[in-house]
Amino acid sequence: MQYEAVIGLETHCQLKTKSKMFCGCANEFGAVPNTNVCPVCLGMPGVLPVPNERALQLTALTGYLLNCEVPGFAKFDRKNYFYPDVSKDYQITQYDFPSTTTGHVDFEFGDGIERVRVTRAHIEEDVGKNNHFAQHSGVDFNRAGVPLLEIVSEPDLRSADMAYEYLNALKDILIYGGISDCDMEKGMVRCDVNISVRPKGEEKLGVKVEIKNMNTFSGVRRAINYEVPRQIETLESGGTLVQETRRWDDVAGITESMRTKEHAHDYRYFPEPDIMPLKPDETWLAEVFSHIVELPLARKQRFVSDYGIPAQDADVFVGNVPLGDFFEQAVEGAKNAKAIANWVINNLQACLIETGTTVDELKFEPAAIRELVAIIDAGTISSKGGQEVFAALFENGGSPAAIVEARGLAQVSDSGELDKWCQDAIDSNPDPADDYRNGKENAINFLKGQVMKASRGKANPQVVGETLAKLLKG
Amino acid sequence: MLHELTLTGLTAKLAAKEVSSREAMQACLERIDAVDGQVNAFMSIDRDDALGQADAVDAALAKGATHAGQPLLGVPVSLKDLFCVKGQPVNCSSKILGDFRSPYDGTVVRKLRDAGAVLFGRINMDEFAMGSSTENSAFGRSNNPWDLERVPGGSSGGCAAAVAAQECFGSIGTDTGGSIRQPAALCGCVGLKPTYGRVSRYGVVAFASSLDQVGPLTRDVRDSATLLGAMAGHDPHDSTSVPTEVPDYVSELGGDLKGIKLGLPGEFLIDGIDPEVRAAFDAAVKQCEELGAEIQEVSMPHTEYGVATYYIVATAEASANLARFDGIRYGDRVDGDDPFSLYCNTRGQGFGEEVKRRIILGTYVLSSGYYDAYYLRAQKVRTLIKRDFEQAFETVDALITPTVPAAAFKAGEKMDDPLQMYLSDIFTISCNLAGTCGISLPCGFTSDPKLPIGLQLIGKPFGESQLLKIADAYEQATPWHTERAAL
Amino acid sequence: MANNDFDIHYVANLARIALSPEQEARLAAQLGDILGYVKKLEELDVTGVEPMAHAVPLANVLRTDEVQPSIPQEAALANAPKQANGLFVVPKIVE
Repeated sequence: MQYEAVIGLETHCQLKTKSKMFCGCANEFGAVPNTNVCPVCLGMPGVLPVPNERALQLTALTGYLLNCEVPGFAKFDRKNYFYPDVSKDYQITQYDFPSTTTGHVDFEFGDGIERVRVTRAHIEEDVGKNNHFAQHSGVDFNRAGVPLLEIVSEPDLRSADMAYEYLNALKDILIYGGISDCDMEKGMVRCDVNISVRPKGEEKLGVKVEIKNMNTFSGVRRAINYEVPRQIETLESGGTLVQETRRWDDVAGITESMRTKEHAHDYRYFPEPDIMPLKPDETWLAEVFSHIVELPLARKQRFVSDYGIPAQDADVFVGNVPLGDFFEQAVEGAKNAKAIANWVINNLQACLIETGTTVDELKFEPAAIRELVAIIDAGTISSKGGQEVFAALFENGGSPAAIVEARGLAQVSDSGELDKWCQDAIDSNPDPADDYRNGKENAINFLKGQVMKASRGKANPQVVGETLAKLLKG
Repeated sequence: MLHELTLTGLTAKLAAKEVSSREAMQACLERIDAVDGQVNAFMSIDRDDALGQADAVDAALAKGATHAGQPLLGVPVSLKDLFCVKGQPVNCSSKILGDFRSPYDGTVVRKLRDAGAVLFGRINMDEFAMGSSTENSAFGRSNNPWDLERVPGGSSGGCAAAVAAQECFGSIGTDTGGSIRQPAALCGCVGLKPTYGRVSRYGVVAFASSLDQVGPLTRDVRDSATLLGAMAGHDPHDSTSVPTEVPDYVSELGGDLKGIKLGLPGEFLIDGIDPEVRAAFDAAVKQCEELGAEIQEVSMPHTEYGVATYYIVATAEASANLARFDGIRYGDRVDGDDPFSLYCNTRGQGFGEEVKRRIILGTYVLSSGYYDAYYLRAQKVRTLIKRDFEQAFETVDALITPTVPAAAFKAGEKMDDPLQMYLSDIFTISCNLAGTCGISLPCGFTSDPKLPIGLQLIGKPFGESQLLKIADAYEQATPWHTERAAL
Repeated sequence: MANNDFDIHYVANLARIALSPEQEARLAAQLGDILGYVKKLEELDVTGVEPMAHAVPLANVLRTDEVQPSIPQEAALANAPKQANGLFVVPKIVE
């Protein structure tokens, strides 16, 4: 029997805010344990939460970028469970009225574009961090209360690779939108993976297994690649699957049942009485949506179709937004977009990296690259000359024409002078000239080199070739 | 004697430099030494801290500070044991907090200090404000100054007892279902529950977040107005506090009740009201009429559902609010092999029986399969109860009712029957569910023994000014508030 | 609103409260009475009635994203029953 995997992801990512979700402590990674804390995030008696407006703006913005609805009413709820890293022993989250609902993410997968539906993206607070020692554990609450976005996908994913690409696409969107830095090393993104399998063609979902707290995308891919065959083998060997939570053991490369003492989970969600409901109005949303950026996939598609540049070049401009924006200004009204893309990617980007500078710090305008390409294409200078002009531009700014002028880089195409150089080259080198005449076409290259040398590189190589051929065939 | 003065009387003398704040504080401490052995209102007092604060105020007064800017300058005020004061213990009359000391000041504490008050003492209460008698305190009950065999009410019973025993010039309590008004009625003082959102809850250990309000217990209405004025106002640390302007409650006092319409809700005047309480209440209604008020019958058809609604909503919220007392970050830990057993042991031993009962009830009504039947339904009935009030306030300015159906009961009388204890809150509870303001003030005494009887007035949301004005007019026309318990 | 199936042991575990068998029996009986009493609410028709979660009709009460001072580590840990190396120490958590 053929089986298919049905996979859904709950992706948690920390929002890029200055302060925590419900108090003014810094949202900062790597501080000394329990120093970014206050009575509120430590769950001291008598404290109250006040929601961070920026976090709610970023949530609404995410909703927009994930094509979600942003309802006119949302609220916070308490999710009750006892755990040492949950300072109040309830987590403030959004249960039945989240800030965003029903959207989707489009992303490149295989040869085409795939769409994964997003159930919701809601805001909640992160919990503290447990450190484990031989005899006991120790809790650091620096992370407790950091705003956390939970993006829940529909079970639309069918493979480990697809899940992997979805996560990368999601990450790009969140970074693009300025919503999260998505720094995996700092634990800013974490995933719960829901996996089931079913016979192909079957509508009904199989028994769901949840793998909690994955913190790398490659780990997610490997875990799915382990878990799906495991489930299929279990079914094929006549076994049954149980709905359970499993842990991914990255070292052993297996998932295993979490055999913790079975304390029933009953989160007893109810409306958070300490926080008033959210009713985002037009003005507030308009302000939020004024910060909308173009999504990575849309940008790539636009660069390819509008400028006719190759997909790999477009990828560079998606990955490096300021560079892409520079390219867009340079290419305006130009004929040779591909050549401009080459200069921007191969030369400009390399120089920026080498000198550790940014596009903002450039001494020349994007139009200078357009001009540079135009004079190369016109044969005014050689591409080697172009390199020199670019180097001068990068160093001192100015305009390509002025640099060409100042450095006498203009190529000579004038027939009088060229003819003389060519005739001299033929006369001084009879052997290669004879070779050419006897059908050894490559021999002309030596003569070309002599002409270029004589002209100190200023001769237009194409015209030199034509002139030599004409004279030799005389 | 200094301790016999009202808060207003004391401020007059402080302003006139006839007495110092240290003398006032000293008078309270002496009175406490004399009578608190019988009353047991105070759990602890940091005397040096109290006298230090008084000295600081005296220094400020000497430098020209006035009561115009700081209406409580030099006035000793005591706090129920659930207000967070930086560096001071707060126990909520529970064992579970152990030797916890607050790392921060709550907003009410800060505002009272800013108004010049000398804050002192931790006042006994029912554990985590759950109860109507202070018998649920882990540190022993407080006694009613009018009859030490009887309870002072609760949960702010210690506050009411301390005020009635003249151990302080005012006390700050909290009211979730009547916890200020009921003890005020039982001890013969004035207790005000402001409108939800009028006073910040930041720094007040929560019982039921959508019902809790902070309010004053005082010897008379004018004192109540003074304390409310100092505490009220919007607080950015409390999302549920309302940014409505704070009127000058004191300056608006005075006058009679001409043009005031008082609503008499038939549903409150049920069978089972003690005859002496009923008689005192009827006389009070008549008195108001004589002062010019128009009495009008109103209907509050959902009154009888108040107690059931309250015990679902309040316990559900409490079950989450009290989860943090887990022995991890603070409080008395009772260890276990794993976090689960540590939690169960800590909470099993740290909480008293009533608190356990309510947490378990609240946990149950929120649990899977029961949420809709209990919690969601109660939230809907709460809407109906609120509508009763909205409709009544379309035709009347305030409601007039007894505060409690009977005077103070004997200690131990209701301890074995929690449901009967809950039912005694019937007149005060719906005010919290609706979120509006209410006040209890003395309106007579039973004859044998002589025990205070309370009159409740319930005002419109954010109508404290008018409520205090009505209460003051009644108080000025009657002698009850001047009577003192013989200790 | 059936409450005959009220399982005191299960609910006390959810609430993380250890009870002796005697306490369990007593609380179960008392809570049974209380749950019997709150059945009163079934008498009312609440069709179409909005649930009330807050006593005042405010919305969008938010704070600006600004960092305020935290408290020192000593103050954070001052009340901890057990602490080491700046952490709140708890029995070993098995995840």
